[in-house]
Amino acid sequence: MSTRLATGGRLLNKSKPLGFTFNGKQMRGYEGDTLASALLANDQMLVGRSFKYHRPRGIVAAGPEEPNALMNLGAEGRFEPNARATTTELFEGLEANSQNHWPSLEFDVGAINKHLSRFLPAGFYYKMFMYPRSFWKHVYEPFIRKSAGLGKAPKARDEDTYEHFYAFCDVLVVGGGVAGLQAAKTAGQTGARVIVMEQSEHWGGRALVDGGTVVDDGPVDKFVEQIFSELEAMDNVQLRSRCMGAGVYDHGYALGYERLSDHKPGRDGPRHRLWRVRASHVITATGALERPLSFAGNDIPGVMLAAAVRDYAVNFGVSVGDRTVVVTNNDNAYLTAISLKHAGLDVPAIIDARVLSQDSAQVAQAKALGIRVMMGHAIASVKGTKRVTGVEICAQAGEGAVLEEISCDAVAMSGGWSPVVHLWSHCGGKLRWDAVNACFSPDPDNPPKGVDGMGFVTPAGAASGVFALDDVLNDAHAAAEGVMTTLGLRLPKDSAAPVAEHRGDAPMAPVWMMPQGANVKLREKAWLDYQNDVKVSDVRLAAQEGFVSVEHAKRYTTLGMATDQGKLSNINGLATLAGALDTDIPNVGTTTFRPPYHPISMAAIAGEAKGHVFQPIRRTPMHDWHNNNGAEWEPVGAWRRPYAYPKPGESTHNAVMREVTNTREKLGLLDASTLGKLIVKGPDAGRFLDMMYTNMMSTLKIGKCRYGLMCSENGFLIDDGVVARIDADTWLCHTTTGGAENIHGHMEEWLQTEWWDWNVYVANVTEQYAQVAVVGPNARKALEKLGGMDVSREALGFMEWADGDLGGFKCRVYRISFSGELSYEIAVDAAQGQAFWDALMVAGNDLGVMPYGTEALHILRAEKGFIMIGDETDGTVIPQDLGLHWAISKKKEDFLGKRAQERSHMTDPARWKLVGLETTDGSTLPDGAYAVATGTNANGQRNVQGRVTSSYHSPTLGKGIAMGLVLNGPDRMGEVITFPGTDGKDYDARIVDPVFYDKEGEKQNV
Amino acid sequence: MSDPVTALNHLSSGDGIAHIAEIGPLGMITLRGDLRARAIQAAAISIGRVEFPEMRHCNSAGENGIAWMSPDELLVMCPYAEVGEALTKMNTTLAGQHALAVNVSDARAVFQVTGPYLREVLAKLAPVDLDPGVFTPGMFRRTRLAQVPAAFWMRDDQTAQIICFRSVAKYVFDLLCMAAQPGSEVNHF
Repeated sequence: MSTRLATGGRLLNKSKPLGFTFNGKQMRGYEGDTLASALLANDQMLVGRSFKYHRPRGIVAAGPEEPNALMNLGAEGRFEPNARATTTELFEGLEANSQNHWPSLEFDVGAINKHLSRFLPAGFYYKMFMYPRSFWKHVYEPFIRKSAGLGKAPKARDEDTYEHFYAFCDVLVVGGGVAGLQAAKTAGQTGARVIVMEQSEHWGGRALVDGGTVVDDGPVDKFVEQIFSELEAMDNVQLRSRCMGAGVYDHGYALGYERLSDHKPGRDGPRHRLWRVRASHVITATGALERPLSFAGNDIPGVMLAAAVRDYAVNFGVSVGDRTVVVTNNDNAYLTAISLKHAGLDVPAIIDARVLSQDSAQVAQAKALGIRVMMGHAIASVKGTKRVTGVEICAQAGEGAVLEEISCDAVAMSGGWSPVVHLWSHCGGKLRWDAVNACFSPDPDNPPKGVDGMGFVTPAGAASGVFALDDVLNDAHAAAEGVMTTLGLRLPKDSAAPVAEHRGDAPMAPVWMMPQGANVKLREKAWLDYQNDVKVSDVRLAAQEGFVSVEHAKRYTTLGMATDQGKLSNINGLATLAGALDTDIPNVGTTTFRPPYHPISMAAIAGEAKGHVFQPIRRTPMHDWHNNNGAEWEPVGAWRRPYAYPKPGESTHNAVMREVTNTREKLGLLDASTLGKLIVKGPDAGRFLDMMYTNMMSTLKIGKCRYGLMCSENGFLIDDGVVARIDADTWLCHTTTGGAENIHGHMEEWLQTEWWDWNVYVANVTEQYAQVAVVGPNARKALEKLGGMDVSREALGFMEWADGDLGGFKCRVYRISFSGELSYEIAVDAAQGQAFWDALMVAGNDLGVMPYGTEALHILRAEKGFIMIGDETDGTVIPQDLGLHWAISKKKEDFLGKRAQERSHMTDPARWKLVGLETTDGSTLPDGAYAVATGTNANGQRNVQGRVTSSYHSPTLGKGIAMGLVLNGPDRMGEVITFPGTDGKDYDARIVDPVFYDKEGEKQNV
Repeated sequence: MSDPVTALNHLSSGDGIAHIAEIGPLGMITLRGDLRARAIQAAAISIGRVEFPEMRHCNSAGENGIAWMSPDELLVMCPYAEVGEALTKMNTTLAGQHALAVNVSDARAVFQVTGPYLREVLAKLAPVDLDPGVFTPGMFRRTRLAQVPAAFWMRDDQTAQIICFRSVAKYVFDLLCMAAQPGSEVNHF
């Protein structure tokens, strides 16, 4: 059993006990515990079930590499699945629940899968679920969905907030172990801006557990204390704990993931902060991860990484078992045996796969403590189901014949150490195989490179493949020194690496299978990937079936594809693959390391963008008025525009009908502030606008307006609007609501890249003005009632504009009409917008004034056959399709789109053309419906001959009206074509002129 | 004319780690032209009443000032009530010169963020190096705040002035309040 020791636990505050629950059971821990250490202290070794066979799973590691101890944490608005117990700090009231079991952790129905394991080999999903096809949807998928899935999806809205933080520095050091601290100190001595990120709460890393002596400071913990206080005193060095370096990207961009309140839920401020760092250089002092050994039963709860067993004892005062067998291929694991012995626990044996000709210091020390060291031995098999009960010992060189059985309740294994090369590799850093330490380490000749072709990431300490304290400190100092030289910064003359005492470890020996000749029965029980249930036998099968590429083998077996991303399984897996392929490990290579290093919350990525600031919403100066007067909103670009203003009890449809009729018969007000307004000025402005628009703008007279069309260089219609000539050099161009920024950008692009020598300036003044369309037979009366400038037909004719004063408001009045009615669009300064609107409502009070929304606007324009960008156009339509030849200048030598419109496809008479459509029974055509033609196409689909682009019920005409693009449409007036609807009905519609109302245009011209 | 109304009617918040307030209305004129031309400089200075700014700087004094916006654009600031007159005066100075001067006072919203943590509040929203050794009072950045364009400068060590589009004033105010929420000090600068 695992339990809390009477002594030890350097990270604990034993005066501060904390209560928490696991699967509803009350447990106790101390401040300073992780959830994992607290669970172990409560003898809770079993923490979950594996993905495929539902095997019992125990805690294996003590850090972010933990594959098994994934928890559903918290409840309601603070519920989070897949949280690692090893990286979760304990707090009072923490609620944890294990995942992936049914009905309970202790008794799991899915565990029956393990008895079916010979039917669930590598590639099982691909082999099994392909046939018959229909079974996937109805049988396999529902089954897999039920049996798979790790954490639960949260149901409640997240209560917390999140944020980003942009930081800039000369050197970003990732990792706050001794290497990171030393690199930071060396770099900091130059005065450079340094940020150091440490994923855990504590500084100093593994060295504080593993010990060592620094000549000037004494024991390594004194050294860490000293260097940390030196760094804290440096103004140019920032130390961030609980902040994981998550990823390294191009141009020295790096992400840090800071967890601010995970250990104190509900505290003020954001829960997570995503650091978006630009660093001139990144130093990765990310340490190393211990590898498991592959032997039969290495997944039984109680089998742990040797260093983790040591961490739990030293850091948290937790014993994983009373009797721990240590199994290793290196000297480092001896530290575990020694520290357990010092804690008063029993270590029946150290099983060492190596045969050393002479005892190293570690071996000698273990022997001196009376520990039995069995060289050249291996574990044949671990005994137990939900908990280790013993191990069978065999010779490493053999096939697994059991020599003896040792009873124990824990196994501490160590297969050697792999440098954490993830951040080095994220941006293209290459690796080299280190045969001495049997690991991949960063290849200093092939770093990730920046724009200057120089490396911008440098590894330091264990992350670069050196493991002894003295080597680590030397390496970290040298790494930082090299970086500072490339940055052109000088170290103080006396800057030097601290000297640490050398500990003479014997070399490790690579061991990829234990025993080396293990038969298939043992290989089938030797796990590589605990979370996804990938075994040595699976990888060998994949190789046998032809998956020679490591990337293919990974996907075929799912090795390393679980949420731990193969931190423990990767190297063992590819070594196994290399063995099966009879090739060297470097020939197999690694899979790709992708950010983030360890999962980060989605919410941190979104940052502040949630709830009311999820997305910017653009508001006109009259937004609040619309809101207070019952507007239903329609998003148009990022704007919100009133769709209609239903009265209490009125349906939206009826409101739209009322608004249309009232505008036609009396007086309507439309908030047109969102329309784009671009000022174009300069001696070449006329020439420039002649290029921008299909029609002629240079000839427009001062005081006049002209409707214009804008095409892309490919000839397609992109925007339209009314252009007003302000003075000799100045034009004002109206754009569509959604087009203002794009068209501004379009103009600037042509001016800056193509016609850079033309004297033209453009300014976007869209938001300077509140613009109100005053529309209807009573429009003039309303303005006259306001009083001020002359708005008579004689003084201000159709398609003219004038500056003046109305009701005391300084304004510019455009006599333009998008409705076919007498209409004025009046621009006032935005700061006057609401007051002006109020004045119009008062002036129009006895003239029948009502506001109208965008749907009424659409119907009014459709009744007049006016096109709408985005309805009649979709990026494939040219003005000629819409019968807008009159707006395409024949005189101009050139304009954007002219050449494209002369291409054969654009002049094809078979292009669909704009017509009006009227259903034979007065009903409304479904928007977007296609008209069918006779016969079928090559795909066996019915041929089509046109489609509806806009369709409304017209209250003015009392029937459905529509516009559409139809093959040879303008030549087929009166012909009836059929539009099948998605409701199963066929709609017959007659092809008519698109102008349904006031064809002569008399009403707008009064 | 009625009294000019700013986008948020001077909404403010002092609950968090910085004080945030909408100010204004302020007179703002976009001036485009050849920034080396004497007429352009003279037109800007006559209204902005400060020294001509260096690249990516803003010189300001009270409600007057000049901000460098791009290699051919300035933002000239003056009291709101004086904009009309200022434009007339500018256009006289600029006669015969290719330039564009246009009133954008109402197209913008202006905020002030004050307090010792203002650099952090901005650094949460704008990809700008706000280190006190790098971004000093008088420097100007045309950048973004989260998802919308914005520009800002520091009037002094404790005061940043932000200009954004009027239509997104509420979004920017809410963003600033979120970034300044209680307990969100980074303690980076």
